[in-house]
Amino acid sequence: MSEKLIDSGNNAAAMAVQLAAAEVIAAYPITPQTPLTEKLSELIAAGKMDAEYVAVESEHSALGVCIGAASAGVRAFTATSSNGLLYMSEQLHWAAGSRLPLVMCVVNRGIGAPWSVWNDHQDAMSQRDAGWIQIFAKDHQEIVDMTLKAFRLAELVHIPVMVNYDGYYLSHTYMPFELPDAQTVREFLPTYDYAHTLDPEKPESLNTVTLPDARNDINGVKQPGYMDIRHNLHQEMRLALQVWEEIDADFQQRFGRGGTPILDPYRCDDADFVVVAMGTLANQFHDVVDRLRDEGLKVGVLALQIYRPFPTAIIAEALQSVKAVLVYEKGLSYGNQGALYADLKSALYPYPNRPQLHNFIVGLGGRDIGTEDLYQTLKTACLQEALGTPEQNDTPQWIGLQL
Amino acid sequence: MPDSRFKVLTSASTSGPGDAGRTGSWRVERPIIDYSRCTPAKTGKASCHLCWLYCPDNVVSKTLEPKIDLEYCKGCGICAEECPVKAIEMVSEEQFVKGGEDE
Ligand code: SF4
Ligand code: SF4
Repeated sequence: MSEKLIDSGNNAAAMAVQLAAAEVIAAYPITPQTPLTEKLSELIAAGKMDAEYVAVESEHSALGVCIGAASAGVRAFTATSSNGLLYMSEQLHWAAGSRLPLVMCVVNRGIGAPWSVWNDHQDAMSQRDAGWIQIFAKDHQEIVDMTLKAFRLAELVHIPVMVNYDGYYLSHTYMPFELPDAQTVREFLPTYDYAHTLDPEKPESLNTVTLPDARNDINGVKQPGYMDIRHNLHQEMRLALQVWEEIDADFQQRFGRGGTPILDPYRCDDADFVVVAMGTLANQFHDVVDRLRDEGLKVGVLALQIYRPFPTAIIAEALQSVKAVLVYEKGLSYGNQGALYADLKSALYPYPNRPQLHNFIVGLGGRDIGTEDLYQTLKTACLQEALGTPEQNDTPQWIGLQL
Repeated sequence: MPDSRFKVLTSASTSGPGDAGRTGSWRVERPIIDYSRCTPAKTGKASCHLCWLYCPDNVVSKTLEPKIDLEYCKGCGICAEECPVKAIEMVSEEQFVKGGEDE
């Protein structure tokens, strides 16, 4: 039987991992992720979860243990935040290059220096090119559902998946959500099977020094070179979008929730102006959109649910004929612009009637995001008559600075 | 189980000499086995073969007198380190050049 609960986002994630029957958990505590793995260790200690909890001395080791477990044919899970994710960086690339179907929750937090324990998206954004699939949840129900779907996705496409959710906004707040029935989850999520599971009966050289050129192995079988392997990772990551949609459709049939695997639009149908945002920020915009709609402005908000692979064509199709796209984000590529903004701009470039684009940076290191500020900046952008120079239009605006 | 649309291409091959190219050219020290100390060679019984097991380039043969394929042996010295009876000595390649015995 499914169960209705009110609990924290971290506990919601832990219960989803329990339902997914992960067999190895290796993690190092870091705020605001810690309660998630504490909960998992409690479940394991109480005998409610049949898994091995490996206490490690660092995040680098945490992902290393998961890589080992996944290679040995076991479903593994870790979680981290901020500098912990960065400490894993080398292993992130390794897991993706080895095509290991791992799942990790990243409870998004600003990166030091200076130290911050509060939320923004810079941690995940900085790892966008590691070859991991990155999805973003907006509430507790999505944390549960996306985590379950993430295991299925990772194991079907053999690409690791990061489930991102906002530190404190979701990790430490309590919200109602439904926890699916264990038997139905078992039917949804087949047993773990890695394509290159270590097997003494069938020894393989795995990810050793791989030559630039393809070569024949000792059996005369042509083996790809580095570039070929990387090309396929890219191609299959693009193809993973389709699989993600199929998984969502199947999930919806079984559990009755879903339908927005890639984009989650709110009042976008006839909108002239569309806000694009990820995570809880997109939900915060619902009130702003309602208020501006009451004032007669045709505004909507589009939540981007999956950031890597970037749904280039899908999002460009959705936005190509609106007047303006307003990208609000909690991170940036320092010295350039918001990374999401730059991605959207590039996705829309091939469309001749592409909209105007504006970039807003908000909430870094937990700076309060006033709904009033969102309302004012969005309204100003919508009513803006004369456009500035191309350079002015393309420069990110910082909201809520206290300089 | 991967979806059939996915090739899941990673660097995986049947282990064997040459997996990482002509690694013999990397070598600065050459492993020389003293068969008078090597257990299987001495006893004439298939045993030990830790050098074969540990060699990261799969270039040691699993024979009573283990033979090393110098075309691919990179000279890492792991076999010498692992040999329980210290039958393998790592000898500078310079010696073979000077002595005109280079491969
Ligand atoms: S030194 Fe020994 S272990 Fe290293 S490659 Fe040569 S034979 Fe193998
Ligand atoms: S490890 Fe030493 S003793 Fe054992 S087979 Fe190799 S050379 Fe001989």
